[in-house]
Amino acid sequence: MFEICLPVLLGGKCIPSGALFGQLLIGLINGSFYALLSLGLAVIFGMLNIINFSHGAQYMLGAFVAYLMLQYSGLGYWPALIIAPLVVGLTGVIIERVFLQWLYKLDHLYGLLLTFGLALIIEGVVRNKFGSAGLPYTMPDSLRGGQNLGFMFLPNYRAWVIVASLGVCIGTWFVIERTRLGAYLRAATENPTLVRAFGINVPVMITLTYGFGVALAAFAGVMAAPIYNVSPQMGSELIIVVFAVVVIGGMGSILGAIVTGFGLGVVEGLTKVFFPEASNTVIFVIMAIVLLVRPAGLFGRRA
Amino acid sequence: MERAAPPSTRTATGKPSFLRANAEAIAFVVMAAGLIVAPFFTYPLFLMQAMCFALFACAFNLLIGYVGLLSFGHALYFGWASYLAAHSAKVWGLTPELAILTGTATAAILGLVAGSLAIRRQGIYFAMITLALAQMMFFFALQAKFTGGEDGIQAVPRGYLFGLIDLKNEAAMYIVVLVIFLGGFLLIYRIIHSPFGEVLKAIRENEPRAISLGYKTDRYKLIAFVLSATIAGAAGATKAIVLQLASLTDVNWPMSGEVVLMSLVGGLGTIFGPVVGSFVILLMQYKLSVVGEWVLVIQGIIFVSCVLLFRRGIVGEIAARFKG
Repeated sequence: MFEICLPVLLGGKCIPSGALFGQLLIGLINGSFYALLSLGLAVIFGMLNIINFSHGAQYMLGAFVAYLMLQYSGLGYWPALIIAPLVVGLTGVIIERVFLQWLYKLDHLYGLLLTFGLALIIEGVVRNKFGSAGLPYTMPDSLRGGQNLGFMFLPNYRAWVIVASLGVCIGTWFVIERTRLGAYLRAATENPTLVRAFGINVPVMITLTYGFGVALAAFAGVMAAPIYNVSPQMGSELIIVVFAVVVIGGMGSILGAIVTGFGLGVVEGLTKVFFPEASNTVIFVIMAIVLLVRPAGLFGRRA
Repeated sequence: MERAAPPSTRTATGKPSFLRANAEAIAFVVMAAGLIVAPFFTYPLFLMQAMCFALFACAFNLLIGYVGLLSFGHALYFGWASYLAAHSAKVWGLTPELAILTGTATAAILGLVAGSLAIRRQGIYFAMITLALAQMMFFFALQAKFTGGEDGIQAVPRGYLFGLIDLKNEAAMYIVVLVIFLGGFLLIYRIIHSPFGEVLKAIRENEPRAISLGYKTDRYKLIAFVLSATIAGAAGATKAIVLQLASLTDVNWPMSGEVVLMSLVGGLGTIFGPVVGSFVILLMQYKLSVVGEWVLVIQGIIFVSCVLLFRRGIVGEIAARFKG
């Protein structure tokens, strides 16, 4: 073990390397969730022009579906990782058909207000059913234990979260930017009327996009379940941080959302090491600085 | 955004009908008279609290209804003003009017800082930035020593107004709150109907056009933002003195959501809507306190149904009936 010190200008604080790498790892984990959630927000915003305020609630719902599957049908983590996103994604499809489709002609703000209301409903119902205390979710046996890397101990589950979310993010980026389906999506974002004229069913595409974005949130929720407790309010505070992430990155670019998510997670982790009292607020402070220096966001186009 | 056209003040014969031409003035007199007699029929404490929230909602509505800016972080000004008012009354021993002024001034400064950051982005981003900044200040309130953390600042003395009038007397306190509420309401009315307010509405309808007409729209938006934050602060500071309490609830994001809900239910962009909305929502919370956690669900349902079916709100619907 060795120590790592800040420059004297920043206070000159010294930290054992193990603690530093430990926090960096936690930062990367948080960054995985920021990236998955802001990616989902960006995909939804691109097609629907709606900021999905219920994204945090849907993330929480993913974790709860995983919890319920384990409690009532004994289905463990791996099935939950597939089934929970599908179930929550399906509720997303229903939400889009029943509520959101009526809002596309109105001001964006109504989409925000409606999904905020949905978030309150989802969180309220779950809280009434399960109370607001956290419920534990056991880690799958196959991912217990960890590796000693010499400079730090790496728990297997955490390594898996980072790899899996990176994989899903890059997969999503690939589908949207490099495939024919993605080309249709991007075209429909630019000019839905023209794309419809080519015989592509844009309304169905919009519905499925929302379902997919919501499923991403639920996927993040299942992955979060063994790390954090499963609780009704786990999404509502996270979503506000993710909003700040989205403001920093700008929603114009898929890759931008991923990079910003991971990057800010790491910055937050480092802050926890050196300035623990600022770790809650550092992302908001960065947002304020970005607004001053580059109002359109790091990857954004000027609106 | 879909908005109701201003109600016509002319009847079919072309002459303005007295009722319609003076609808706002009459409504104001009815409201003021109602608030003067109401404490004889119901709990004054409830009414005072409702007036504070009504003023808060009116301040919020000044931005969304007349400039088209959705601030999702108005709890920041309400809550921090109430902290500063409570702290200055309790620890510094200021008289209540100075404590309220301290809280209001704090909100004005916070509004200036947050506003100048938030107006750098438009539309949906504006809402997210205001929410994020408010959350940041929530964490400051959680960590700062003087706010008392989870306990808040309790047992704030109401004190003596101008050092003379004892506000522990419920009637005196009621009159003070009534004066602050009506004063704030009239101030907002004046702002909306001034040349400045006309420019705000022009920005709401078409910002690029307002820019091309030579208006520095950013400056107008910032002034409107600071005014709104200041009035929200006055409401929060008054509430801290009335309830003798400042707590984390007032700075947290559900409070920002609640003020949106109050304005939406009453009618965005109507002058009386937020007042009606906040009384309705507060009444609902009192009546439904037995159902506990379901309040959250019911609020959510109201949000959804307002957006889908009822976008004009209560006052907006009534105004539309009158016109038709």
